[in-house]
Amino acid sequence: MHRPSDWPSILQDRNNSRSDRLPAPMNRRAVVRSLVLGSATAAAPACFGPWRRTSAAKVVVVGGGYGGATAAKYLRLLSNGTLDVVLIEPAPQFISAPLSNLVVGGLMQLADLTVSYEGLRRRHGVTLIHDRVTSIDAVGRSVSLGAGGSLRYDKLVLAPGIEPMWGAIEGLETAHAQGQILQAWTAGPDTTGLHAQLTAMRDGGVFAIVIPETPYRCPPAPYERASLAAAYLLQYKPKSKVLVLDANQDVVAMPGLFKEAWRDLYAGMLEYRNHCKATSVDGATGTVRFEVADDVTADVLNVLPPVRAGGLAVQTGLANVNSRWCEVDFLSFESKLAKHIHILGDSIQAAPQMPKSGHMANAHAKVAAAAIVAELQGWPLDPAPMLTNTCYSYVSATEVIHSAAVYGYHAEERTFKPVAGAGGVSPRRSVSEAQFATAWAHNIWADMLG
Amino acid sequence: MWAAMWAAPLLLVAAEVAMAAAQTPAELQTRSLAATCAACHGTDGNAVVSSATPRLAGLDKDTFLREMREFRAGARPATVMQQIAKGFTDAQTERLAEYFAGQK
Repeated sequence: MHRPSDWPSILQDRNNSRSDRLPAPMNRRAVVRSLVLGSATAAAPACFGPWRRTSAAKVVVVGGGYGGATAAKYLRLLSNGTLDVVLIEPAPQFISAPLSNLVVGGLMQLADLTVSYEGLRRRHGVTLIHDRVTSIDAVGRSVSLGAGGSLRYDKLVLAPGIEPMWGAIEGLETAHAQGQILQAWTAGPDTTGLHAQLTAMRDGGVFAIVIPETPYRCPPAPYERASLAAAYLLQYKPKSKVLVLDANQDVVAMPGLFKEAWRDLYAGMLEYRNHCKATSVDGATGTVRFEVADDVTADVLNVLPPVRAGGLAVQTGLANVNSRWCEVDFLSFESKLAKHIHILGDSIQAAPQMPKSGHMANAHAKVAAAAIVAELQGWPLDPAPMLTNTCYSYVSATEVIHSAAVYGYHAEERTFKPVAGAGGVSPRRSVSEAQFATAWAHNIWADMLG
Repeated sequence: MWAAMWAAPLLLVAAEVAMAAAQTPAELQTRSLAATCAACHGTDGNAVVSSATPRLAGLDKDTFLREMREFRAGARPATVMQQIAKGFTDAQTERLAEYFAGQK
């Protein structure tokens, strides 16, 4: 294994295991201490500063989701360990949004979807900082941390995910803050909270899910959630109703498969209505108002607001498309606005037919990581990068459907396009695809974090 | 102090990276291509234990090529792979076969 010559001597004991030679994860306090005091006062590896070697190129990755965590790992892998990589993520552990509808439906616990970031440090030598980035200096090439202090970078990878556009639906932010109307668009307390609302609902009650116009994160997710809520209610509260209130003209992902499942499994319980674009909510009465459609009152309201690129990207001025999404060069995922800043995942302005999914973010990250490695070597970029995507959706507790695609880079149009003839959806829902859905989850989590 | 150290001259950075990374641009591109399989089949084809999707690392090259041909022709039963296999050219499939055969 390559052993850099300029590691601090404390880390050069060859008798140590590899994990002992790597810096411990740094909390905010340790970072601040190292920023303030420098390495001269370091008494432990955690205090010698976030960078492992002064002469290696430095890549800061902001955001530890499907895109950012994959980028951190693959920057180390594809550079054969020669890049110094710092991952900045406030959450102590990764929690997957894919599969989290199973938690809403009471079929899994959040713990089943939770993975430690430790593998990135121990096995791949990524330095972890559990903090928020408060601002980016694109000219001076540094990021400021919530705890104070800043980090310089040669390349920055930004994977900030999405943030809700609360203002699009009047009253929603307040109703959400008061716990009346949850969204559960990122996996966490909202997810378990929504399941708790379903379990507390009376038999004969109404669960309504309100879906924004595309593009939004994970196109099949709201329909999967409606299906799993219906599966739960069918079993425990069979007099209840599920209303799917969609701002779009039709189900935007796998419409045939979802509607077939709803007809076969939840007839009389689940009702789909299109052209339902929410304008306001009243959390106290559980009422949602629409642009055109009639008001709906429900016992449990799950209102998904429109979303845009994560706040850091918007605040930095990188979300140049409708003030929502970040435009990137698809050969490298470098921002079209800022050199040396690569943006991944849900926050980018995707090419047509490229969904915002965890799998896609994982795929973006690998193209970006290879491009950064090539660029730092002075090599030409791969002229023909590829992306794959598979989205599995549960339509009941046991049956799953999928949508798959392969994308190739189209040089003339400078964008990714689905490879003609490839991709598609399940011929029908099946129990056998459930085992592939869980295999997908465990393999992609290991691919990001293991 | 740290700020000064981080501002290492770019020349030095480039030199270090070039020295250390024992790979060619073509090899990097093949690793990147093979990474498109990793989300479902594990990093470098090392699927997790008891995964329903098979391990690709160490798979014999001819077996890989034959299975991909059969997926494309619809001759090999699958849920996803018939759709994915059609997304790669013969040349790309050949590179993938060679890469995974060389993985442990």
